[in-house]
Amino acid sequence: MIENLLPNVDWEKMWEATLETLYMSAMATGFTFVIGLVLGILLFLTSPHQLWANKIVYWLTGAFVNIFRSIPFIILIILLIPFTKLLLDTIRGANAALPALIIGAAPFYARMVLIALREIDKGVIEAARSMGAKTTTIIWKVLLPESLPALLSGLTVTAVALVGYTAMAGIIGAGGLGNLAFLDGFQRSREDVTIVSTILILIIVFIIQWIGDAITSKADKR
Amino acid sequence: MIQLQNLSKTFITSNGQLIAVDDVNLTVEQGEIFGIIGYSGAGKSTLIRLLNGLEKPTSGSVTVNGQEISSSSGQALRSARQKVSMIFQHFNLLWSRTVEDNISFPLEIAGISKTKRIERVKELIELVGLTGREKAYPSQLSGGQKQRVGIARALANNPEVLLCDEATSALDPETTDQILELLVDINKRLGLTIVLITHEMHVIRKICHRVAVMEAGKVVEMGSVLEIFQTPQQDITKRFVAQVNGPEEASQTIAHLIEQYPFGKLVKLVFVGDRTEQPILSRLIKQYQVEVNIVQGNITQTQNGAYGTLYLQIDGDTLAINQAIDYLHEQEVHTEVISHD
Repeated sequence: MIENLLPNVDWEKMWEATLETLYMSAMATGFTFVIGLVLGILLFLTSPHQLWANKIVYWLTGAFVNIFRSIPFIILIILLIPFTKLLLDTIRGANAALPALIIGAAPFYARMVLIALREIDKGVIEAARSMGAKTTTIIWKVLLPESLPALLSGLTVTAVALVGYTAMAGIIGAGGLGNLAFLDGFQRSREDVTIVSTILILIIVFIIQWIGDAITSKADKR
Repeated sequence: MIQLQNLSKTFITSNGQLIAVDDVNLTVEQGEIFGIIGYSGAGKSTLIRLLNGLEKPTSGSVTVNGQEISSSSGQALRSARQKVSMIFQHFNLLWSRTVEDNISFPLEIAGISKTKRIERVKELIELVGLTGREKAYPSQLSGGQKQRVGIARALANNPEVLLCDEATSALDPETTDQILELLVDINKRLGLTIVLITHEMHVIRKICHRVAVMEAGKVVEMGSVLEIFQTPQQDITKRFVAQVNGPEEASQTIAHLIEQYPFGKLVKLVFVGDRTEQPILSRLIKQYQVEVNIVQGNITQTQNGAYGTLYLQIDGDTLAINQAIDYLHEQEVHTEVISHD
C-alpha cells in the first residue's frame, strides 16, 4: 500500500537523512546556544549604564552580530566555503555545514539573549550589587536564572530556524532531509520524496517546539 | 557610625547637569534609626545609594564604620557592602528562587558553607516570621511577606547598617505598620543602625530617632523627630508635619474655633515627652473654679517620646481663669492663649 502511494521513497535513505538533519540541528543548536549566550551577555554588560559599560566593545560586538544576522543564509554558506575548507578540509557532509549554521544562527540568538537580559528587573541586579556580588556571580546567579524562560523560548525559536537552515545547507551538499528533497525529489521529479521529507521536517519542528514550550513553562516561576 | 562630608553628586543628562545631592553633611550615630524625608526628586534615593557605593560621589566623602566607602572599590567595596545591606521599595527578590534560596543568596556571595547557610537561613526565617513559607516562590507571597524576605536577606551577613529605600511605600497601611515594628524590633534586638528614606512622615514619626529633610539635593532641616514635629522651621517641613497632624493648626481653623467658643479663654497647650503622662488637666479642674472644655486635641507618639497639642476652652470668673492660666505656665507646658478679649 505505502509502496504504491510512495513508489520512489527509499526508507533507509530517508532515515539516514533524518538522522543527518537531527545531527546538524542538534550540534548547531548546542554551539549556537553557547556562542550566542556569550555574545548576548557581552552586548548586555557593555551597553550604556551596565556593569561593563564600554562603547568600543559594545559597538564592535553589535556590528559583528548585525552583519552576520543580516546576510541571507544561502549567501553566507557560499561566503564561508573557504573558511570551512580551511577548518575541516572539506565542504561536503554534515560537519561541513556546521560553521555556516553556527555563524548564521549565533548572532540571531545573541540578539534574543540581549532582549531576554534587558527584561530583567534592574532592581534585582542592584540588589545583588548591594550584597557585594561580583559580576561573574551576577551573571551566573542573577542574569542567567532570572532570564531563563526567555533564553529557552529564544533557543526554541533558534532551533526551529536551524532546522530550516540545515535544509538550505543540504542543497550545497551537507546531506540531510533538505538535500534529499532537493536532489532526489526536486531534481529527479519524484514528488513523493519531496513530500515525505517535508513531513519529516515538520515533525522534527513540532517536536522541538513542543519540548521547548514544556521546558520553558517549567522554568518559569513568576 | 556614618559620616557624610560635603557630599555632592551631579549627573550629566541630555538636558545638562543635574545636581542630585548638593553639599550634604550629616552624621548618623551607632544604633540610631535615622530618617531622610523628601518628595520624589529631592535626591534622597541618590543619597542612600552613595552610602553603599552603588553611586560614586562627584565630591565629598562617605565614611561608614571607619571605612571610606566613597574611595573604595573592588574587593574592599564588596566586603564593605556585606556590612551595609539594603532593602528596597519593590523588594527586588529573585523570582527564580524560593524564600529560603533568596535569603541564602547573600550568604553564597559571602562564601559561607552550605551547612552553615542552611542553619543561618532557618534562624532568619524565624526572626522575620516567615516559618512555613520557606519553599514558596516570591510570586506566591503578599507584599508584606516579600519585604520580610527582603529584610531577612539583608540581615543574613550580620550587617552593621541597614539602608531602607522607601521600604514601605509599596505596602498598605496595616502591612506598613507591621514592617515598621519589625524594623524597630531588629534595631533594638541587634543594635543595628538603620538609615531610611521615605516621603511619608508617619514612617518618620513611628520609628525614627532623628530626621533630615531634603529638598533639591540639600538637607534643609535636621533634628530629633520630636523637635521637628514640635517646631518645624522650613515650609517643606511644616507640610510634612501636617501630613501626620492634619491641618487643624492652620490659622483658619483656629479662627473658626474662636467663633465657635466665644466665652472664656481659648488656650492651646503643647505637651512634650513626660508631660503628656502627667494629670495636669485634672489638677487644674480640682484646684480652680473654672469650667474646662476640651475643644480639640491629639497626641503623637514618636521614638523619642510623645508630644501633643490640646485646645481648651476655660470659662469662669476672670480671676480664676487667670490663675488657671498661670498654673499652666508653671507646669512647663507650652501654653498659648489664642482667644479674643
